[in-house]
Amino acid sequence: MRHTLAVLVENQPGVLTRVAGLFSRRGYNIESLAVGQTHEPSISRMTIVVDGDDRVIEQVTKQLDKLIDVIEVQDITNVEYVDRELVLIKVNAEPPVRGEIMQIVDIFRARIVDIGQRTLIIECTGDEGKIRAIEKSLKPFGILELVRTGKIAMVRGPKYEED
Amino acid sequence: MKLTGAEIIVKALEAEGVEVVFGYPGGAVLPLYDKLYDSSIRHILVRHEQGAAHAADGYARATGKPGVCIATSGPGATNLVTGIANAYMDSIPIIALTGQVAVSAIGRDSFQEADITGITLPIVKHSYLVKDVRQLAPAIRSAFHIATTGRPGPVLIDLPKDVTLAQAEFEYPPQISFRGYRLPEKYSATQIYQAAKAIGESRRPVIYAGGGVVSSGAARELLELAEKAQIPVTTTLLGKGAFPETHPLSLGMLGMHGTKYANYAVSYSDLIIAVGARFDDRVTGRLDTFAPHAQVIHIDIDPAEIGKNVRVHYPLVGDVKEVLRDLIPRVEVPQTREWLEQIAQWKAEHPLTYANEEGILKPQYVIEQIWEVTKGEAVITTEVGQNQMWAAQYYKAIHPRTFISSGGLGTMGFGLPAAIGAQVGRPDAVVFDIAGDGSIQMTSQELATAVQFRLPINIAILNNRYLGMVRQWQELFHGRRYSQTDLADTPDFVKLAEAYGAEGIRVTRAEEVRPALEQAIASPKPVVIDFVIAREENVFPMVPPGESLTKMLGG
Repeated sequence: MRHTLAVLVENQPGVLTRVAGLFSRRGYNIESLAVGQTHEPSISRMTIVVDGDDRVIEQVTKQLDKLIDVIEVQDITNVEYVDRELVLIKVNAEPPVRGEIMQIVDIFRARIVDIGQRTLIIECTGDEGKIRAIEKSLKPFGILELVRTGKIAMVRGPKYEED
Repeated sequence: MKLTGAEIIVKALEAEGVEVVFGYPGGAVLPLYDKLYDSSIRHILVRHEQGAAHAADGYARATGKPGVCIATSGPGATNLVTGIANAYMDSIPIIALTGQVAVSAIGRDSFQEADITGITLPIVKHSYLVKDVRQLAPAIRSAFHIATTGRPGPVLIDLPKDVTLAQAEFEYPPQISFRGYRLPEKYSATQIYQAAKAIGESRRPVIYAGGGVVSSGAARELLELAEKAQIPVTTTLLGKGAFPETHPLSLGMLGMHGTKYANYAVSYSDLIIAVGARFDDRVTGRLDTFAPHAQVIHIDIDPAEIGKNVRVHYPLVGDVKEVLRDLIPRVEVPQTREWLEQIAQWKAEHPLTYANEEGILKPQYVIEQIWEVTKGEAVITTEVGQNQMWAAQYYKAIHPRTFISSGGLGTMGFGLPAAIGAQVGRPDAVVFDIAGDGSIQMTSQELATAVQFRLPINIAILNNRYLGMVRQWQELFHGRRYSQTDLADTPDFVKLAEAYGAEGIRVTRAEEVRPALEQAIASPKPVVIDFVIAREENVFPMVPPGESLTKMLGG
């Protein structure tokens, strides 16, 4: 099963290597890893998607927690969270099909961010399902290039109590 | 007043109470060596950096204090790698200081440059590349803290040459804290109560003690628990000395070359109390058949060890000594009389034994004699291979920190430099390196170190002119095809010792063993005793790799 880990780390050179190295040398496969600075400049946050059974994930979490530069590890798989991914897709777009592509872009609430002679670059954010769907919809036109950021995720806040 | 980086390092080492360092100078660490020249810290000059790391490791194991080794950049640093990995696998606190090219030269493939923090990433507890002289003191302070607390381990500090020449005020941080490094949360009162109750309800309990008991200094507590609850104790290779092997409740070592009675006891137990041990594959044999009827209490300071290899029913995460102190008064005494009788019967039926043959020197006999001559009070280091397993089987360790062996990594060449470190740390102790002729040749140049620093270590080479353990596996599992294990042209170890200025003795007959050992111990010099032993003697019992503990060959 795929798990999503939210990992707070010291914002220092070499930390990503330590984290990624831990995965590779223990034979765990990272499906996606996104990292960036938080509102606290000395802390970065990684969102790591890793596949494995509960035992593997428990080991991953514990081993990550042992790294000196790792401040906190949370497995958020089973809590409610919001997740997003950004994708840029360069697609074949000869003039006759541009209208059709623009319709698809609208449906997905995506944006066209570059127009070339025969191509368009489309930017889309959303959860994994949406990203997969737009990719599938654009595939028939011919995808020339595609780049994804990997998933970032945040646990939802406590809900307002009803009166 | 401002100090140079090198002066700061020396001051920091002094502040940490470091009395001795093991090292080898070179261009990138020249500023540090220049300041060491004026310092009260003793420097032991090894002949190869691997020796420095192993010596620091042996020193740490023998004394309980962190060991420090120094190497220059590039090849000096990479030569430490095996020693660092060895310390990592066995959770030994060492600090490795490596020189590095100047910050401005890093990344340019400069002369003697190697990315040592990158190279050692998987084999250190933590590491620092100090690029600013002001970060030097905090880095050293942190390194000692990290290496020695929690589950101990090696920490590397990489020191660019210009950083050791730059100047800064020396302020040694009295305290440090890390957001990401906390000792694990303590177990709950319920957990300790449940473990204590499980012990009381068991009928066939076994204590399985590892290196964690030694590093935590919990040998007395372990003895108290075993005696109070009348539970037999088996130890791992690293746990040797954690429980006196002369004690009636001792089962000796378990695992691949453990005693039959230890392996039977574990296999038929209904409760395993694992204390500072990590269920290594050399201990458990085939995992799915390991102790099939047993519940498991696991006491360990590293939460990641809980459930890593076997299912744990009662985890107690914490320092072994503290956990045992908490547990002992609450423990309910189980009824183990029948169980102890069963074990006594196994002991009587399957003692450790070997065949004495007229006119042939047996390695087991040599080890027994070392034990008798030293009354078990020596500090033993071992190389790796048959010599190590015979030593583990036939030298009954009584005290913690007196049996020093490379367990996790299985490093040939460990024993001699480790003996040097142990002798430096415990100058009054009789130190023996139990060696094989193959293993000793990996670091034999350290004889020069022992001679130079007048370290009266004794090296007992069990010489069968084979890579004995590999040959044993070839005999048992590869149809006696002794591919590349025949060391027919082994050097004359007596002459080798003499060439270095040590003493050399050759022993070929049983009656010469005792006098040779006595002569060696009495000598103020390092002594090499070349015991010419039976060529094809095997280590038994043996659990074939991938088999269950009950399926032992021989013995």
